[in-house]
Amino acid sequence: MKTAALLAGLAASAIFATQGFASDLFDRINAGRYQAILADCAACHTKPGGKPFAGGAPLQTPFGALVPSNITPDPETGIGSWTYEDFRSAVKTGIGKDGKRLYPAMPYPAYASMKDSDVADLWAYFQKVEPVSNRVVSNQLPFPFSIRLSMLGWNWLNFSPREFRPDPNKTAEWNRGAYLVNGAGHCGTCHTPKSLTGADKGDEALRGGNLQSWYAPNITSDTHKGIGSWSIDDVVAYLKTGANRFEIASGPMAEAVSHSTSLWDDADLKAVATYLKDVKGDGAAVPAPLAANDPALSAGKAIYLDRCSACHVSTGQGQASLFPTLAKAPVVNSSDPTSLIRVVLEGSQAAGTTAKPTTPAMPSFGWNLSDSDVANVLTYVRNSWGNAAPPVTAGQVKDLRATLAR
Amino acid sequence: MARKLPRKDVVIVGLGWTGSILAHELTDAGLDVVAIERGPWRDTATDFNLAYAPDELRYAVRKDLFLQPAQEAMTMRNNVSQTALPMRDYGSFLPGTGVGGAGTHWNGHTWRFFPSDFVLKTHLTERYGAERISDLQIQDWGVTYDEMESAFDRFEYLCGISGKAGNLNGAIQQGGNPFEGPRKRDYPLPPMQMTYAPTLFAEAARSKGLHPFPTPSANLSGPYVNPLGIAMGQCTACGFCERFGCANYSKSSAHTTVLPVLMRKSNFEARTECEVLKINLSADGKTATGVTYVDVNGEAFEQPADLVLLNAYGLFNVRLMLLSGIGKPYDPSSGEGVVGRNYCYQTNAGTQVFFEGKHMNPFIAAGALGQTVDDYNGDAFDHGPLDFVGGAGLNCIPTNGRPIQYRPVPPGTPRWGAAWKKATKQYYNNTLTFSSQGSSYATRGNYLDLDPTYKDRFGRPLLRVTFDFPDNDVRMSNWISDRMQEIANALGGKQSVVAKLRKGWNSVPYQSTHNTGGAIMGTDPKTSAVNRHLQSWDVPNVFVIGASAFPQNAGKNPTGPVGALAFWAADAIRNHYLKNPGKLVEA
Repeated sequence: MKTAALLAGLAASAIFATQGFASDLFDRINAGRYQAILADCAACHTKPGGKPFAGGAPLQTPFGALVPSNITPDPETGIGSWTYEDFRSAVKTGIGKDGKRLYPAMPYPAYASMKDSDVADLWAYFQKVEPVSNRVVSNQLPFPFSIRLSMLGWNWLNFSPREFRPDPNKTAEWNRGAYLVNGAGHCGTCHTPKSLTGADKGDEALRGGNLQSWYAPNITSDTHKGIGSWSIDDVVAYLKTGANRFEIASGPMAEAVSHSTSLWDDADLKAVATYLKDVKGDGAAVPAPLAANDPALSAGKAIYLDRCSACHVSTGQGQASLFPTLAKAPVVNSSDPTSLIRVVLEGSQAAGTTAKPTTPAMPSFGWNLSDSDVANVLTYVRNSWGNAAPPVTAGQVKDLRATLAR
Repeated sequence: MARKLPRKDVVIVGLGWTGSILAHELTDAGLDVVAIERGPWRDTATDFNLAYAPDELRYAVRKDLFLQPAQEAMTMRNNVSQTALPMRDYGSFLPGTGVGGAGTHWNGHTWRFFPSDFVLKTHLTERYGAERISDLQIQDWGVTYDEMESAFDRFEYLCGISGKAGNLNGAIQQGGNPFEGPRKRDYPLPPMQMTYAPTLFAEAARSKGLHPFPTPSANLSGPYVNPLGIAMGQCTACGFCERFGCANYSKSSAHTTVLPVLMRKSNFEARTECEVLKINLSADGKTATGVTYVDVNGEAFEQPADLVLLNAYGLFNVRLMLLSGIGKPYDPSSGEGVVGRNYCYQTNAGTQVFFEGKHMNPFIAAGALGQTVDDYNGDAFDHGPLDFVGGAGLNCIPTNGRPIQYRPVPPGTPRWGAAWKKATKQYYNNTLTFSSQGSSYATRGNYLDLDPTYKDRFGRPLLRVTFDFPDNDVRMSNWISDRMQEIANALGGKQSVVAKLRKGWNSVPYQSTHNTGGAIMGTDPKTSAVNRHLQSWDVPNVFVIGASAFPQNAGKNPTGPVGALAFWAADAIRNHYLKNPGKLVEA
């Protein structure tokens, strides 16, 4: 009997070894499902209206288009023939099955800090999603970026995989927040400025980044450009519902809230808020606003009162849950006005969540405000009611308009 | 041949106010619901863009949001001796179309009818005797105000109505409407900040011993989050309500109060630009099996369903019943039959007072921002010595000062040229307008049926409207005009003009889109098309919800009672019908 049990045990561990940590245990699969929410895998790997995880819509990077792969367990077109080790390696080091190198649009530099046990849970979950046959040609980059081996050099320059190590001087909550922000949550993928090669500027973490013609604002404790004036509850409310007393998520963040953060555990959101409130900004002095008699400001004020004040009101206070506050708003005071220009040109719809189902929208003004109108009104907004930021130029508006038209 | 689609629990015809409320309630009850709407999808962000929503030429003059006669026309006449002719352009009333329905482009006056309105026949007979109303076809609703109170409350809280209670649990409240029925709690929001003209009107009315109060408004006085969690904003008094969609999320409509939540539900589906041709019945005609509709490509579909809800505009509910053979058509010669019976309207007259040296600033306005006097409405006053029943609300609600259509000038002013220009300049800021909105009581000869001659593009007969102002209502309106003259005199001014209604309803100039009746509710299947739960007497899995259910119309805007009836019918379906499908009332 003893021998039989031992043999059975050996057989089991052999399967364990080849199949990795895949498990039928409910709590592993359920925990993996939560990891998929934390990591927002669906944001890229599920096409809008498409089958879950069967491949996403093309991502436009500065280097060309990449199409997120099919990560369902379909053996032909998905990851059904992968082992756990293939999966872990892809998620944490960017090296997929058979040594194929992924591009860092897949945020493996962030996922590298995930614990192996979390990645194993994720693997357990992905074994259970519906296999979908959908062949995806991920690499649509032009030469020379199309050479995947070039990522070897990129990794050598930019990537030093390191699992998260808690800071013993901080609370467990802070450490959990740091783990989520820098790991599965991969906040820095958008919110950290990038180098010329597209890598995070590590010493400027979370101080705002420009990606796909959006500017993801500074989310450090900077009280001018960042979210330093938000309380922990404000941060939690924003991530949980898509809105707080100042701000409403729009653009890519609306999707991140709808698909990911609104589904996070409250304790995790609070941990994230605790950590973000402790991330240092650049410490730069708050600039002085432009003089009130600046011609751009007087022209912009007239446009603002005519077009914007009905919702955002004449003092830039907006209205809770409906129209964002513009006074002292991080995105308004950002050095990079890309997102501001974009929402004026294109309009933008707020995130919809169960708690905040309204989904109010900013209408598009691109069709009836000229480049200089947009520049002036934004310059006015960026230099009124306590705001101070560099003027927006008509040239910036013209360039973004051209980019968006492509 | 219509393609047959998979069965649904519920099919809703028309996704306006009542369709949205019923869809929300029944999806909450776990049912699989599809709404079929013949007009386009519309939402605030896309379709009421702030940058072009206040386009008076597009929306008010060219009527962009309204039903066009090419899609569905009607024929109209004053009495049975005439031959009805089809309208080439809607005029006297403007039916809506599209998601949100007429609730998209309404002004926002949100009333409860008086308790006596719901038991009008009983009330007037007891007070004045049966002889007084013998030339009218007045009926009770089959439901009382007290029964409807919570449904009114739910609609008002859904919308965030701004107003002041006049009667809280029987205690009259200073500053509210002292003639209203008792309400359990106050409005969700306080009244809007009052503008100048209504303030002058209220002072004049008070000087005559009347009781003005702020009109209950669906233009919101402040920020509001409704019970569904949907946020609305404070009205900016831009003056673009009636005929416009609201760009500021501050006028209650299906878009701003229900649809954001409804559209997130996996058990709800909306099919727009799909026109229902008829409700399909079983061979014995006693059960609806679903509906047949045509999509924008002209392809026909059959949508089977267990429950069919007619939530179209009241007139179109009636037409669909007639086209589908649900209920016995009304015959004015015998007074028998129920579908098309008791079509009523609204009995209105206007007053203008011209001043000098005032600053009315009419551009600071909202659709329901004003003052109302109800002293002469319904049976709030003694009709003993008078020769009519019914009454009117007196409303000073300057809805707009829009550049194209708001050009008040005194009578005798040339219609064009330098003198006209001078007068419009002088009186734009110096005119105060108020009006009477009178009850419309049913007669045997005012009714709806299918036209014998004219057909729509599918070959279906058009709806025929046979209507004139009843003598009773003309007498009522003229008496009310004399009361308006008294207020106008108290206002002073350089000149006042009080209109007097005459017999001979004219279908061309705009008067009111308050068409009621035709599928009225009641307790007797011989005189009502639907029972007190709005369920068809003849086909019990059909409910007909809207102003089509009003036995007669009061001197008030109908949307409040229409919204309340939606909750009332939803309760009947959820609490009674679903547990035991079949007739909720045995005749």
